[in-house]
Amino acid sequence: MTESLPIIDHPAAAARFVDDGARTGWHDQALWFVRVKRDRQAHGLPEWEALREQAAAIKSHTISRLADYLEQFEREATRRGAVVHWARDAEQHNAIVLEILRRHGARKVAKSKSMLTEECHLNPFLQRHGIEVVDTDLGEWIVQLRNEPPSHIVLPAIHIKKEEVGELFHRVLGTEAGATDPKYLVEAARTRLREVFLAADAGITGVNFGVAESGGIVVCTNEGNADLGVSLGKLHIACMGIEKLIPRCGDLGVFLRLLGRSATGQPITSYSSHFHGPIRDGELHIVLLDNGRSEILASDDFRRALHCIRCGACMNTCPVYRRSGGHSYGATVPGPIGSILNPARDAEKYSTLPFACSLCASCSDVCPVGINLHEQLLIWRERIAARGILSGTKRLAMKFASHLLRRPALFAFAGALARWGLRHLPRFAFYHALNPWGRQRELPIPPRRSFRQEYRKRHERQPPRG
Amino acid sequence: MSASLPADKNARQSILERIRSRELPPRELPPLFDEGIRYADRWAQFQEVLSSVGGQFLSVADRDGVAATLAKLPVVESSRCRACTVPDLHFGNLDLNAVDDPRDLAGLDLAIFPGQFAVSENGAVWVTDESIRHRAALFIAQHLLLVVRQPDCVDNMHQAYQRLAFGERGYGLFISGPSKTADIEQSLVIGAHGPRSLTVVAVP
Amino acid sequence: MPRVALFVPCYIDQFYPDVAWATLEVLERHGVRAKVPEMPTCCGQPMANTGCVNEARPLAEQFVEVLGRFDHVVCPSGSCTAMVRQHYEHLLHGRTDYVALRNKTWELTEYLLDVLRIDPPRSPFPYRVGLHQSCHGLRELRLGSSSETVGPRFSKAQKLLESMQGIQLVKLTRPDECCGFGGTFAVQEEAISCRMGLDRIHDHEQAGTEVLTANDMSCLMHLDGLLRRDRRPIRVLHIAQILAGRTPN
Ligand code: SF4
Repeated sequence: MTESLPIIDHPAAAARFVDDGARTGWHDQALWFVRVKRDRQAHGLPEWEALREQAAAIKSHTISRLADYLEQFEREATRRGAVVHWARDAEQHNAIVLEILRRHGARKVAKSKSMLTEECHLNPFLQRHGIEVVDTDLGEWIVQLRNEPPSHIVLPAIHIKKEEVGELFHRVLGTEAGATDPKYLVEAARTRLREVFLAADAGITGVNFGVAESGGIVVCTNEGNADLGVSLGKLHIACMGIEKLIPRCGDLGVFLRLLGRSATGQPITSYSSHFHGPIRDGELHIVLLDNGRSEILASDDFRRALHCIRCGACMNTCPVYRRSGGHSYGATVPGPIGSILNPARDAEKYSTLPFACSLCASCSDVCPVGINLHEQLLIWRERIAARGILSGTKRLAMKFASHLLRRPALFAFAGALARWGLRHLPRFAFYHALNPWGRQRELPIPPRRSFRQEYRKRHERQPPRG
Repeated sequence: MSASLPADKNARQSILERIRSRELPPRELPPLFDEGIRYADRWAQFQEVLSSVGGQFLSVADRDGVAATLAKLPVVESSRCRACTVPDLHFGNLDLNAVDDPRDLAGLDLAIFPGQFAVSENGAVWVTDESIRHRAALFIAQHLLLVVRQPDCVDNMHQAYQRLAFGERGYGLFISGPSKTADIEQSLVIGAHGPRSLTVVAVP
Repeated sequence: MPRVALFVPCYIDQFYPDVAWATLEVLERHGVRAKVPEMPTCCGQPMANTGCVNEARPLAEQFVEVLGRFDHVVCPSGSCTAMVRQHYEHLLHGRTDYVALRNKTWELTEYLLDVLRIDPPRSPFPYRVGLHQSCHGLRELRLGSSSETVGPRFSKAQKLLESMQGIQLVKLTRPDECCGFGGTFAVQEEAISCRMGLDRIHDHEQAGTEVLTANDMSCLMHLDGLLRRDRRPIRVLHIAQILAGRTPN
């Protein structure tokens, strides 16, 4: 699927974000706080690394036999009274959801957090068709009211300050002007959203895990909003990526232990609901979505990205994400995993994302399902270079450097020239707009002689043995 | 646009075919994980975690004292509209079975339900809607109180799933603490949409 | 007597010759006379990390051909060592001589501790030292335990430094966050790169670091560039320089 241009310019968006130094620090600190909470939980379990390995092994296995498991899941879910739908892409997915809602005459929907429906742009689609959708996760609701996408997959409003929420709620809910106390603001949201739940005709949720063996789906929230959305009415639509499957109920133990701890540093989310079939006298529809996943599955290099359980830990730990904000990635899923998944969708549009990374590998160490994130980012760089969508200057520079570095004499000469220049030429020869290194940094103080020059000299006097 | 049909019938077929078109190296399914952490005192650990996630814990030593102890709890004392499905406890003044539309539960102050078992490692209680006609009551009540029998406490989630079977239709969930959110500047607020408090009572 | 080569990375050769000299001295002190061949000058990492494998490959080949003839290859850089050990596989798949090289290429601190098994030095270094855990050494070579992973805590660099006389290793709030160098990342994402570096520096300032050290001079080049621009008092020294007895200033 190709998405619309423009091409995402991460460095430019990131520079704009960093420009507000205080806010960048605040954003970084807020996410680091979550990372620290995660560490505390992880280090509290001696079996943590074994759990990660188990999770990775389960996912690898499931993906190696995904078609079988999907069929089994469909069979078991159907046996327990759910209706399973299949969607190849976002368009089909949205059409299915709309059709189900229409058949029930539903006009108001309470939706809980689902990155998949964000990926499909379900909200605007339903709204265009006269259906009112309210995102009932508080963070999602805040960004929905602000008319912007979430900036994080678990903490959708992490980029927004309480003063801004206060202003927004003042406008929308009539809370006191200037009120910023989170407790007070949450209470106001609670009051309004409870009205939404009571008035909704249907509930839409995402799916954290689907169990092939039992046809069940598991949905995790802290607020209880998914359950409120689907237990007051009779219609539950669950939107699920085909990679969300796991084989056995017993495997849920592994994943629920990892998810809450990795996501927010909680030992488990407040509510982990297991649905097997619909509510009494109601309907449960499960929409299975591919939308490019089977393509990723076919790639040896990127297959493991399908392990992702959307915990957000790689974002919280990513030093670049924390300082550039989720919106700088211009995609539903930002951060390290987003920088892998988005280019798979549109390599040209998202060509800067795999480079928005210092290759520190913290993401790979934090990922609860053992995705080799930083290695995959490196592979993406290669693909982008191979497809010729690497920026011209970058390619030229690398060709030139490679040429130089292969030839010691030439390299020595170029180095000598540069060092001479650094010592003798005026500052502006090196510190100017075309040298991003020197904008905030000094260049190294050049020595008179390079190591090899000096080494050669010393060894001429005293020829080395061997 | 409004006439757009839902997925073509072939979506299922084509997705499965596309997945199968690529032969993947076989990966073995590892046996179920059972190296989970264990605790010397499960209930003590449970209590510690539960309180860290904003819940309250209470253990009642003798069977006859349960009702009297519960009656003195502030959440019980201060609630007007109560539903209770725990056998032998008669705190309810609203019969869930007599309510047809769960939306009528909006005024429910306190729900007292049985929990099947507790999990030490994360302060969670497994609850099903077997005895609860409207599962919405679990979430719409202002306060929730779960009663668990003292022998029913496991160390970790692996043991928890060993106890669970999902043979038929049904609904169940782990509840760990009250409804909460940290969506405004990461400051934790208890009582997001669901219950403002959770009390877990262990009884003989 | 094993034949040992010291690989001197391109930027150390040109800008930080003393790091190479210091490494030679440290090795010599422990009975190893390492040789520095004219070639290779670079492991190919800048190109490989930019996705330009075709440009990186000839350098990797050169590396294998020349240094493959030695019994050990030592490198005062975790990043270059990681390039050889973790990433040549992908670059040179099919070459058998590479596998042998992989198993005999060492980063300096692991060479000292794991191959030479030296006793950590007791020479004086009476300064407050901030240890920067360079990412590739940490998370690719596992020269220490990263803060993300659960298991026994260790750090080879710390082990070498901590018994020096008078040294005080400072405690950072973020023990192993990236400095933001990242090769071409440093210029391509200049804004983020510098912010990351400044945040690290801030952490070191809070902790009272006088001398900032690391296994990788590239991280230090970036941090030193930021430090000198603002005329901040922290000094940088490569860990080889500290072990060789250099002092700041
Ligand atoms: S890639 Fe790993 S760390 Fe990142 S969101 Fe997915 S599961 Fe979590």
